Amino acid sequence: MAQMNMKEAIRDAMRVELNRDPGVLIFGEDVGNVGGVFRVTEGLQKEFGEDRVFDTPLAESAIGGLAFGLGVQGFRPIAEIQFVGFIFEALDQIVVQAARLRWRSGGRFNAPVVFRTPFGGGVKAAELHTDSLEGLIAQSPGIKVVIPSNPYDAKGLLIASIRDNDPVFFMEHLNLYHAFRAEVPEGEYTVELGKANVVREGSDVSIITYGLMVHTATKAAEQLEKDGIKAEIIDLRTVSPIDIDTIVASVKKTNRAIVVQEAQKSSGVAAEVIAQINEKAILHLEAPVLRVAGPDTIYPFAQIEDTWIPTPARVIAAVKKVMEF
Amino acid sequence: MTKVPYEVYTEDVEALSVLSPDGEVINKDKMPALTDDQLKELMYRMVFTRTWDDRAVNLGRQGRLGFYAPVSGQEATMIGSEFALQKEDFVCPGYRDIPQLVWHGLPLYQAFLYSRGHQHGGQIPEGVNVLMPQIIIGAQILHATGIAMGFKLKKQQNVAITYTGDGGSSEGDFYEGLNFAGRFKLPVIFFVQNNGYAITTPFAKQTAAKSIAHKAVAAGIPGIKIDGMDVFAVISAVQEAAERARKGEGATLIEAVTYRFRPHSLSDDASKYRSKEEEGQWNEKDPIARLAKYLEKKGLWTEEDTLRVREEAKATVNEQIKKAEQTEKMTVPGLIDSMFEVTPKHLEEQKADFE
Repeated sequence: MAQMNMKEAIRDAMRVELNRDPGVLIFGEDVGNVGGVFRVTEGLQKEFGEDRVFDTPLAESAIGGLAFGLGVQGFRPIAEIQFVGFIFEALDQIVVQAARLRWRSGGRFNAPVVFRTPFGGGVKAAELHTDSLEGLIAQSPGIKVVIPSNPYDAKGLLIASIRDNDPVFFMEHLNLYHAFRAEVPEGEYTVELGKANVVREGSDVSIITYGLMVHTATKAAEQLEKDGIKAEIIDLRTVSPIDIDTIVASVKKTNRAIVVQEAQKSSGVAAEVIAQINEKAILHLEAPVLRVAGPDTIYPFAQIEDTWIPTPARVIAAVKKVMEF
Repeated sequence: MTKVPYEVYTEDVEALSVLSPDGEVINKDKMPALTDDQLKELMYRMVFTRTWDDRAVNLGRQGRLGFYAPVSGQEATMIGSEFALQKEDFVCPGYRDIPQLVWHGLPLYQAFLYSRGHQHGGQIPEGVNVLMPQIIIGAQILHATGIAMGFKLKKQQNVAITYTGDGGSSEGDFYEGLNFAGRFKLPVIFFVQNNGYAITTPFAKQTAAKSIAHKAVAAGIPGIKIDGMDVFAVISAVQEAAERARKGEGATLIEAVTYRFRPHSLSDDASKYRSKEEEGQWNEKDPIARLAKYLEKKGLWTEEDTLRVREEAKATVNEQIKKAEQTEKMTVPGLIDSMFEVTPKHLEEQKADFE
């Protein structure tokens, strides 16, 4: 089994699918010759040719529309939006056009499209390069939102996304591209969309999270264990749809929960998770479910982002609060 | 160094015209080669569509249709452009472009269902290459570029045609679509029906460009302006653009100058922004009357033929609206099941609330 970082695992997923299915295409700004600004698609154009992996002019809405039209024609486009803050330019094509094609056409057409985009802070990138916009897309019906936290999941989830006959918004945390290496199987495998992963078992409190925050929560859990608190960590992997069954099973065991997300606090994925816990497991709770999140401000300039983004200390504080409630 | 001839691009261009208002062919080089039967079929479709439009306006007022954008006056652009296509070519319409969909194969009762807000209206039959009418102004322009790229990658010699109005030519998606099509040399035809008004905003307030055709220059594709009340000019321009596209020579922008005789939609009062005088001037350019004059001179059409087609169209519309009205209503569970290929568990649960 190969050791890969998340960037290599994502590239490997695309290579596997480009080999398997001639309908798979990759395009976006700068993805061809140089392999994208983060080199995620590096080498793929050389391997598969300019008809399969190609640069487009700089226009996000057109990239989205191109993906839609190619999807109608039976292709499986992987469209890269270079940075997450640029999705606003393509939002109509993502959440209005692709997300409602199956419904609008009563199933006559579908959009088997993957929109890939890097996101996430802590790398001192420019403004609008890092915001966590998953809640915005997750609120839109008809599109799935996937956020891997490690190389194994990234490859399996991306292959599953490419094979899915509905549109998928696939978000790759900038801070995880090179963070660490892990064992990643060669060849094909999938990780089911809509299925969460219990990454650490515990009996005292459930920490529900995704993306980079899985690692922040893990650091917190290691510290909490020293204080005698056993935290269970659930990595959502897919924030739309949310795997509420795994969450409820955990809450029934621990009777306490917090939700950790990098995005701003209000109206997002964490709020949705808590609403669903209330609907399905409120009588199992010994304390209110708390959120650890960014404050409801514009995502800050680089100077203070390390303070803005949730830290292990903030996670620990929230856990202690629900333990002492 | 060559001086940039900027003044060329700021002057208006003459619109291509083939048929004079009194029914004479004035541009033999551009006259499309149509058989007598094709000419009669073309006239049949235009008269049929005018009658259906009359009926649709009444049905709308009776509450039997939902949103409906009248088409009278634009029969030459709509029917002529579709007439110039092959069945396998793909039509990406705006909200008013229902006739192109129907003449390309969408059953009329489904067009009525679409207007009535029924999902089955968008359930295009297999083998009919059209998308549903687009409501966002301009999104379909980009869909056509994607569909055209699909044809190109599949090495299929077909074209995608997309329609918008003069208002649509101001959208960012319009420029992005033209640029992509130019860059990738895509087999796509951008057909702008410049009917003079974006709902109420007149063309003079839409752009400082003298013509929309000029906008092709920046994308590196040919742009042409045609008389949109002249069905032969429309067919000629679309045939030429389609031929270029099929040969791998890329996209074309066609601006057809036309007029909608009725308001933008049934809830719009055109008298607030257009004069009777202006409407009268455009009535004199009626594309159906113009074609009728030509055909009558050739002995291919009579007033009786028009009356016969009108009766046939009325009967068809009655039958098709009844079929639409008798179609089983949508249900919320059905709606939920059409969101994804496999309905996720949370939606299955939400469905239970409506069963």
